[in-house]
Amino acid sequence: MNVSTGKFFSARDLTKHFDGIRAVDSFSFDVAEGSITGIIGPNGAGKTTVFNVVTGIYRPTSGKVLFRGENITGLRPDRVVRKGIARTFQNIRLFNRRSCLDNVITPLFQRERCSFTGSLLGTPGARRLERDLYERAFELLRALGLERFASMQASNLPYGLQRKLEIARALATEPTLLLLDEPAAGMNPEETRSLANLIAEVREKFRVTILLIEHHMDLVMNICSPIVVMNFGTLLARGTPDEVRSNPDVVAAYLGKGKDRR
Amino acid sequence: MDYILSIVILACINMIAVLGLSIFTGFTGLFSLGHAAFVGVGAYTSAILTYYYSVPFPLALAAGAAAAGAVSLVIGIPTLRAKLRSDYFAIAILGFGEALRVILENLEITNGARGLPGIDSFTTLPVVLLCLAAGVLVARNFLRSRWGVACIAIREDPIAAEMAGVRLFQTRLLSLVVSAVYCGLSGGLLAHFLSFIQPVMFTLLQSTQLLAAVIAGGMGSITGPLIASFVFIALPEALRVAQMWRLVAYGLLLVLIMVYRPQGLMGYSELSSLWRRKVPEPGRRQP
Repeated sequence: MNVSTGKFFSARDLTKHFDGIRAVDSFSFDVAEGSITGIIGPNGAGKTTVFNVVTGIYRPTSGKVLFRGENITGLRPDRVVRKGIARTFQNIRLFNRRSCLDNVITPLFQRERCSFTGSLLGTPGARRLERDLYERAFELLRALGLERFASMQASNLPYGLQRKLEIARALATEPTLLLLDEPAAGMNPEETRSLANLIAEVREKFRVTILLIEHHMDLVMNICSPIVVMNFGTLLARGTPDEVRSNPDVVAAYLGKGKDRR
Repeated sequence: MDYILSIVILACINMIAVLGLSIFTGFTGLFSLGHAAFVGVGAYTSAILTYYYSVPFPLALAAGAAAAGAVSLVIGIPTLRAKLRSDYFAIAILGFGEALRVILENLEITNGARGLPGIDSFTTLPVVLLCLAAGVLVARNFLRSRWGVACIAIREDPIAAEMAGVRLFQTRLLSLVVSAVYCGLSGGLLAHFLSFIQPVMFTLLQSTQLLAAVIAGGMGSITGPLIASFVFIALPEALRVAQMWRLVAYGLLLVLIMVYRPQGLMGYSELSSLWRRKVPEPGRRQP
């Protein structure tokens, strides 16, 4: 996929205060269409807060979120989803007591226009739609290698597969921008490598732009470009993996400053 | 025989109200301590229509159900828009339910606290069974629809549901209205079965019994609460010989269910899944 340079997504001076704590403070960054952009930063830097503000779970204290030429600042989450932004969560949030198939069919259903009375009466049209959606949900599960678990309750899935199911559910909203919040959390190096392949594959197959938060440096350095570094709610650095790696401010933020370097 | 018949009819009427509350509590995950008020609205609306205005019974039933749905908007819009947490919502609707009862006690057309006697008894077993069957069918279809799927998603995780494109406020409100319509229908049937209604028949105690049937029957199940509701109506009657001990037995049953089956009789499953062929889980072998 080509990486275009037009304004696909940009956050302008995004600020979120919680009773005097500046979780995000005048933070600006862009995401180019087709890219895999990474956000890194020490714990508590405000990365997840940025995701929550972008997706409408929090209202920003000030600042703007622009997406495909539209101002989407402060829209409700379900509106943001309809604009084409989907996300996964740092602490997995699945519909635990439902099957994998039902998890994926929920967003598919919300995109359809259904007749209320037709649904209540169970008309043939309503049944047909339900069948079609289950087929599409199954295809999505297959795309992420989850088809064998279709009827399994989501909470019974192994941890790594729960993360995949969350990605499948996010893709079911047919997004153009996919936000992944620490997709490799709790994974071993081998699982992390296969996740990197999966993310690249998802980008190609579903033509989505990806913005991801991650602590696994090998994953970020391998697949993300550009990388945005946050510290204390502000922008610390941005650039290619090599640029970020050799930036003294970034090294200082992660490892602390040595006495001799002052 | 007549005695048993009347217990069966009463149980079925109660089951319709429990069915409604199950959609709201068991499937949408919001607790209510005020649904008896919606039963009352349905009962009074339909009774007044047949009593004073000689409206045909089916029409009066529908009007009672619709009135209950409309009244639920009054409490639903402000509280659900404020995204009250489930327990706070339960308290808010408790207050609303009691206020509604006080209104019924003070209106002229309801004949106040003395109650409304001499309502025609149109409710027969076939009528009740028809309403119950239609109610179960519609509830099942609703839960498979776009809106029902959204309700269940909200129960499981409201934030994830919103990120799946579910409109939180509208879906919760719809669930409340649907449940109130069921309660209103149940009330209309009740009024035309007992042929006498009184505001004290629709208090917190009745709301609690509806909720107890849903919880003991099992969250996220249609059949569980129906069974529980039938047992809760039939058991105290069957135990009438034991006199004062029957209510103790009722309480004991509730405690035992909660201790030994905290998920309720049929938590998150249906009766039909018991004899449905178990689907093999291929993932179990190895991921």
